[in-house]
Amino acid sequence: MVALIPRLRRYARALAGDRPRADDLVQDTLERAIAKWSLWRPGTDLRAWTFTIMHNIFVNQVRRSTRDAMATDPAALAELELDDGQVADTLVRINGIERALAQLPDEQREVLLLITLEGLSYDETAHTLGIPAGTVMSRLSRARARLDELLEGTRRGESSRPLKVIK
Amino acid sequence: MSFDEFDIHRLIDGELAPDVAAEVSAWVAADAARMARAQAYRMQRELLHARFDALLNEPVPPRLLAAARTPPAANQPRFLRVAGQAVFALVCVAGGWLGHAWVASGAGGNDLTTSLPRRAAVAHAVYVPEVRHAVEVAADQEAHLVQWLSKRLAVPVRAPALTRHGFSLVGGRLLPGDNSPVAHFMYQNEAGKRLTLYVVANPANRHAESAFRFERVDGVSVFHWIDESCGYALSGNLSREELLPIARTVYSDLETHGKRGG
Repeated sequence: MVALIPRLRRYARALAGDRPRADDLVQDTLERAIAKWSLWRPGTDLRAWTFTIMHNIFVNQVRRSTRDAMATDPAALAELELDDGQVADTLVRINGIERALAQLPDEQREVLLLITLEGLSYDETAHTLGIPAGTVMSRLSRARARLDELLEGTRRGESSRPLKVIK
Repeated sequence: MSFDEFDIHRLIDGELAPDVAAEVSAWVAADAARMARAQAYRMQRELLHARFDALLNEPVPPRLLAAARTPPAANQPRFLRVAGQAVFALVCVAGGWLGHAWVASGAGGNDLTTSLPRRAAVAHAVYVPEVRHAVEVAADQEAHLVQWLSKRLAVPVRAPALTRHGFSLVGGRLLPGDNSPVAHFMYQNEAGKRLTLYVVANPANRHAESAFRFERVDGVSVFHWIDESCGYALSGNLSREELLPIARTVYSDLETHGKRGG
């Protein structure tokens, strides 16, 4: 369970916005997981089980919208293999993605994050959130289309550089 | 065969079988608007990782470690309390090494997460072009191979079946690692494309467990992770999305059997 904490924190941070609230969400999740430990079936995916617990806590909480800034991971940026001009453009986008993410409806954000950030399969996502596979597909597709519109808005607002294709 | 917009998502999320993925790729490439959407969605994923992956390397705050070891409430049945104590013991052990890793990482002590993908990519690049000496022990002696490598690494290792992705085991070999032996398995599909799985023991949790990660090292795609018994890296000259479903299979196979066996 402890080994899962870094991933729970990343998901919570992207889902909930600000860092203290994200760590509160992780703490609530861990406490509930310990209390419900007897319900976990060995051999099944512990990660998906804890994501389900986090999802249930998240949807039951009052959602605030304050968000703080977080340092960008330089290693992840290096992996994008960009030239200098693209780096500048990408920094604008990285800063924009969190704001754009915050504007998605919660149910779309959850699906998008489980699939793109956590690398869950569509089946695992459906199981984790307790929704049909078709709903995963439609939420994912709407989330990506909306995120794309929002990111384009950010780019036009903060950068005059032409759109570059990355990777 | 006809495809729809959802297939663009399935393609970039690694949800398609290899032959279908190739057809969808061609379908996407044939249309500029579809291609632009696929590129935009891939970029969203890169941006999300660039924004949030830093949290994976941060030390876990003490209050979260404490939350994971809160004893169950007194009014719970006894078997629950026993289960809770088991978790508590696990957390103490894990907390011990996390604390250690936290200290060690400041001194540059825990670098398996950094060295693993590079070493695996180099081993991949060295052995994949070999025709006659690609492996030391061939797949027709798989039982012997697995037994031998498990003995040398001093942990149970296995070669997960990847036949549902069209890859079969060619065989394996023993390699030298940083401080310990490495088990190296090679797979091949009908087109002659090869994958390698690099396995290094993680004795007494010397290295902190790490999440499933992706890296590209000199043109080789590598998915890697560390669990309580070993560090693993799956390498291939494939795109991220082609390798992802295969890496998922390897990951879940090893996690399932590792838990059962250990």
